[in-house]
Amino acid sequence: MIAIQTEDFSPAQEYERLEGSKSSGAIVTFTGTVRDMNLGDKVGGLFLEHYTGMTEKALQEIIDEAMARWELQTVRVIHRIGQMYPGDRIVFVGVASAHRKEAFAACEFIMDYLKTRAPFWKKETTPEGDRWVDERESDQAAADRWL
Amino acid sequence: MIKVRFFASFREKLNCEQLTLQEGEYAPLLSALKSQLADQGEGWREVMMSERTLVAINQTMTRQDVTLRSGDEVAFFPPVTGG
Repeated sequence: MIAIQTEDFSPAQEYERLEGSKSSGAIVTFTGTVRDMNLGDKVGGLFLEHYTGMTEKALQEIIDEAMARWELQTVRVIHRIGQMYPGDRIVFVGVASAHRKEAFAACEFIMDYLKTRAPFWKKETTPEGDRWVDERESDQAAADRWL
Repeated sequence: MIKVRFFASFREKLNCEQLTLQEGEYAPLLSALKSQLADQGEGWREVMMSERTLVAINQTMTRQDVTLRSGDEVAFFPPVTGG
């Protein structure tokens, strides 16, 4: 259900895995990619650090909470770590549910919580040097609306 | 014995990835441990006193003051920025 990996993943393959259950009437997926701009600066690369062990635990708690809130058949979360470049895929969330509303909501919920609760940190390379990415208030606000 | 770990910008700022503290070397309350670490220097003070600093005990985030037990892993890190 959860994968933390340096390698890329195939959204097409992940999608096919979500199709497995015949009781699912809706599949929603989200793929996050590295942008080439942030805060007005050109981003040449991104390094993703994480807290081994806690990351898996935090993601599992997020998935458990999503499954308690909505009736979901399958949830898949993949997050890449290490060095990445603009255009690279970073994160995948896929949800299969009986109905679309649950699938849309759960996918968004998992991403909002992942962004504020899972111990990942981005360090980006810009023409001015490397810098740690600061948290965004909008991400916290997005997570808070599920409380 | 407890392990104290630092991640991302904190690890770089403090130039410290991990501390191992034996019985008697650390204050048993998390709040007291933070004060103890803050006394190690200016950078330490900034990290320990910042309201942005997140704390995890045994890989679960906490906002409460707790009593530390031998074997605990305490981690300090800045707000997370994954996804």
